[in-house]
Amino acid sequence: MMLSHLTATLRRWQLGRRAVIAFPLIWLLLFFLLPFALVLKISLSQGAVAIPPYGPLVEYADQTLNIFLNLGNYLFLLSDSLYVAAYWGSVKTAFMSTVVCLLIGYPMAYAMARAPARWQLLLLLLVMLPSWTSFLIRVYAWMGILSNSGLINNLLMGLGLIETPLRMMNTQFAVVIGIVYAYLPFMVLPLYAHLTRLDNSLLEAASDLGSRKLNTFIKVTLPLSMGGIIAGSMLVFIPAVGEFVIPELLGGPNTLMIGKVLWEEFFLNRDWPIASALAMVMLLLLLIPIVWFHRYQSRELEE
Amino acid sequence: MSLVRRRPHFSTVMLIIGLLFLYLPMAVLVVYSFNSSRLVTVWAGFSTQWYAALFRDQQILSAVWTSLEIAFFAASMAVCLGTVAAFVMTRFGRFRGKTALSSMVTAPLVMPEVITGLSLLLLFVQMAQLTGWPADRGAGTIWIAHTTFCSAYVAVVVAARLRELDSSIEEAAMDLGSPPLKTFFFVTLPIISPALVAGWLLAFTLSLDDLVIASFVSGPGANTLPMVVFSSVRMGVSPKINALATLIILTVSLATFLAWYFMRRNEAKRQVILQQEDAG
Repeated sequence: MMLSHLTATLRRWQLGRRAVIAFPLIWLLLFFLLPFALVLKISLSQGAVAIPPYGPLVEYADQTLNIFLNLGNYLFLLSDSLYVAAYWGSVKTAFMSTVVCLLIGYPMAYAMARAPARWQLLLLLLVMLPSWTSFLIRVYAWMGILSNSGLINNLLMGLGLIETPLRMMNTQFAVVIGIVYAYLPFMVLPLYAHLTRLDNSLLEAASDLGSRKLNTFIKVTLPLSMGGIIAGSMLVFIPAVGEFVIPELLGGPNTLMIGKVLWEEFFLNRDWPIASALAMVMLLLLLIPIVWFHRYQSRELEE
Repeated sequence: MSLVRRRPHFSTVMLIIGLLFLYLPMAVLVVYSFNSSRLVTVWAGFSTQWYAALFRDQQILSAVWTSLEIAFFAASMAVCLGTVAAFVMTRFGRFRGKTALSSMVTAPLVMPEVITGLSLLLLFVQMAQLTGWPADRGAGTIWIAHTTFCSAYVAVVVAARLRELDSSIEEAAMDLGSPPLKTFFFVTLPIISPALVAGWLLAFTLSLDDLVIASFVSGPGANTLPMVVFSSVRMGVSPKINALATLIILTVSLATFLAWYFMRRNEAKRQVILQQEDAG
């Protein structure tokens, strides 16, 4: 009697456990995984003048089942130099921005981790605060600073240092500045998290054994903060490759980036199959960085 | 022999430069929001006319309301979803589908927005074809999209807290006969509530801020604030947007300051209690 009561309770818990797991799992399968399958599907279909603007993959007509798999979109991407240039431009720009972010962000995180304890929270909030305002408006701020009649040019011309305005807007430089500015907090945060966890006794041990400061940094601090470097770099690099707002507002005709091309294919040309193929290839390009980031992140998540 | 003067550490200098880099552009926005000239780059005297113009702009005002509404519901749902996901990941041990779940939970953190937006739109279109729902896209579809990507951030924040938390308290409650659900609601939730608040606030700001995903999944009816701002700044700089930026920066700074103040006070209280315990 007692035992059957216990097994009933256990079974109920087991059922409850399954239900609890099912809630996020089903939501994510439906709204995260399934959509990717649809992108793949539509990237293999043919564009059509219809609503929605693509042809069917499977059609049943005249008692035969026709399956259309159209690799034409992918071949088109590879043959058109515009798309190849856009992918290359995205990867190049994102890489440059990530390196600059790391070069600025690492010393910042290092100084924050070394600061007196009562300052650390304030510094952390100061670094994160801009990212809680508005991404769009922070990018927009640079339009007023970099443009030909903008703040920097006005200042330099007012001082008589230059006579004609420097062209900074609509250049690669402006796009990199924009990405670095927008994503810097996401670089600093994981770096800081790793550097504060660093055991000080290791540094003391190194110095007791006669290691010089630079040597200690390269051989102890840097390897121990590698997790933060990877996480921070991926948090900047991956979204930057697909960035749309920054090249749209700060870039020009010479700063081709794939996120912007995808947006235009979708919203202006209404070519959904090509936009889907562009997304699939971008995902393929980012697969290694994403898996890398995920490995690191799931280790953090699961202990 | 003091050839070596005590100079600030290189990293301290970089921290100051980095903070200036982060804050100067925002300061420029604030200053020029009080400029009386329509030209954002020429100073022509102090004026608050752009704030008045902002509050007369019906399109912006209604977009603010739409955005706040979507962000409120998306953040609330994301906290439910993200907390359950974090709890399952940290407390449930091994189960089938764990790898799949953990990949899907963290993937939206780094997924380029154009891909997320496009894929969700294709889903909604397909669903509408098959089931008739969603008949028209708008606030509802934006809510689903935002909930999905915001729950990833909530899951990370809550999981970090759950990992820190000693699970022996929960185990003690269960040993004393408290069923799992009751333990979760009366033991775990109260302890992790600061993380829930932090996760909710993060999700709220992320939802308020999103332009790309909302543009993909929205219909003709619903215009969020970023969508309205974007169509305006595309045309160039506008002092009205500077006024809006100033108000956003002011609100966020105030909220951050309050958070800092309370966290500091709690920390100070804890120190006092610790000292009293030491003395006693």
